[in-house]
Amino acid sequence: MIKLEQIHRDFQVGDQTVHALDDINLQIDQGEYLSVMGPSGSGKSTLLNLIGMLDHATSGRYLLNDKNVTEMDEQQEALTRNQHIGFVFQAFHLIPRLTAQENIELPLLLAGIDAATRQHKVDQAIKALNLTDRALHKPDQLSGGQRQRVAIARATITEPSVLLADEPTGNLDQQSGADVIQILETLNQKGITLIVVTHDSHLGKRSTRALKMVDGRIQSDKSNSG
Amino acid sequence: MLTSDYIRYGWQSLRGYRARTLLMLLAMSIGVASVLLLTALGEGARRYVNGEFASLGTNLVIVMPGKSETSGVGLNNMMGVTPRDLTLDDAQALTRHPAVTRIAPLNVGAVEASWQNRKREVTIMGSTHELLALRHWKLAAGQFLPADDWDRASPVCVIGKKIRDELFGAHAALGQWIRLGENRYRVIGIMASEGRSIGTDVQEVVIIPVASAQSLLNAPSLFRILIETRSRAAMQPVINFTVKTIRQRHHGEEDVTVVTQDAVLQTFDNILAALTYGVGGIAAISLAVAGILIMNVMLVAVSQRTAEIGLLKALGASCRKIQLLILAEAVLLTLFGILLGFIIGLTGCWGLRLALPELQAYPPVWALLASFLVALTTGLIFSLMPARKAAKLDPVLALQRR
Repeated sequence: MIKLEQIHRDFQVGDQTVHALDDINLQIDQGEYLSVMGPSGSGKSTLLNLIGMLDHATSGRYLLNDKNVTEMDEQQEALTRNQHIGFVFQAFHLIPRLTAQENIELPLLLAGIDAATRQHKVDQAIKALNLTDRALHKPDQLSGGQRQRVAIARATITEPSVLLADEPTGNLDQQSGADVIQILETLNQKGITLIVVTHDSHLGKRSTRALKMVDGRIQSDKSNSG
Repeated sequence: MLTSDYIRYGWQSLRGYRARTLLMLLAMSIGVASVLLLTALGEGARRYVNGEFASLGTNLVIVMPGKSETSGVGLNNMMGVTPRDLTLDDAQALTRHPAVTRIAPLNVGAVEASWQNRKREVTIMGSTHELLALRHWKLAAGQFLPADDWDRASPVCVIGKKIRDELFGAHAALGQWIRLGENRYRVIGIMASEGRSIGTDVQEVVIIPVASAQSLLNAPSLFRILIETRSRAAMQPVINFTVKTIRQRHHGEEDVTVVTQDAVLQTFDNILAALTYGVGGIAAISLAVAGILIMNVMLVAVSQRTAEIGLLKALGASCRKIQLLILAEAVLLTLFGILLGFIIGLTGCWGLRLALPELQAYPPVWALLASFLVALTTGLIFSLMPARKAAKLDPVLALQRR
């Protein structure tokens, strides 16, 4: 479960203070499918980075699975990111010199998992995402859809409780985008909390809960299930 | 993260940026190879000099006319007083000590040698029968100087191999008469080509009886007296005896310098060792330069790989892990650089030994260890800054490549 209480995130730009997040109060239950929408500069990505512990709140409290993230030191944060959070980026962020298999393996490598276990898990992920014939290919030998599938495999290899996707279909054609959304939704149906930042209103409608942000504040928080 | 994983990741990074890796390898390996080559040259020179001194003979005491003074301008110098001649009788008197096994008085000069219409300048060495054994030389043909009285100026000579080749060519030299200055001498022996020692190329000398040399060169004073003692322990008593005997014979004046081969060798050894350390140190500077290059390139690499570092942080890498990843890469690079440097350096030494076999250019063990440690330390120290820079990157900005 994710709980944000009175979260503020300010940035200093020259003499001015920009309130990227302004008094955010939000609770996301385990297994929810949340879309975050809003115009550019509304604070969507900042919110996602904060939930993903890549960024820190200027003030407020953030609880992840009942643990106070705001009190964690750098090492604990890194460990929590590794074990509980998966990221899917618009730009894929695959390391070009590594094969698909080696890219997927990275979180396990950072977790200190032994080679045999790593190989087993990577094989399973590759099979699940239908990448078997692409396992030894480097990112520049893969299509956009395949790259994003590799990124999803990498994000979920440690079986995190939360999957954060920042414009996951932004760099993909329609078919590949639909495939990627299908994969993410399947993962959500298996119990993972899915938070998607998007400009795509169609994608926003598919989520079970839609958040709209404007000027660093939550303008609306609607459930799509009803 | 397991140690093997840090190494594997570092290896993947090095392979991923081949041009950069090759440039840094080259810089580091040239530094290491320079240390090995230069110290091998210094050490080779030291061994060469040691070997040359050993070939002078063992347990050798050398007597030279004149006293070595370090007191600047003395009264004798100002009055124009020269040391007394070191004579054949002085040398004869030294044979009385029971620990003296061989003694060879020596006179040296240069004259023109000729046979038929062939001429050349040669070094004349005047000595006695015992010089051959005392200096561990060998004869190629004929016999050495006869064991006559030292005063007897026999008209015989033993010539070096090069002299033989140049004067006689295809003709037989033994038994022929050659002209040295104004006098004629019969060739009774030819020295073997391997007879070389400090300051003297035995291939290019003509050895004649000492009395003949004194007459030919018009030099009544001996150049040196070489004394071989029974043992190493006997050297000091022989030195004391020599100084005492010569002083008595020179009316109480101590006007000779007596040195041992060990003392001369030690001086050369010290000089050459200092030289070896010096050139090794200079070469080590190139390692520091290589280290700075590694730092620069790693800093550029961190800038180029900002997004990668941001990604690693997003995937759960702590600052410490990021630092260790960059350090592992730098250490791997340094180790490969050292390995390549060893290969280049040792191959270079092998080439030197082929080109200059007498030099025996083997790098000393300390140079191998020192170049390894200095290179590794340099590589580590200079990669700390890039590693820290990488660890401090803000993941959000890094992922945006800012």
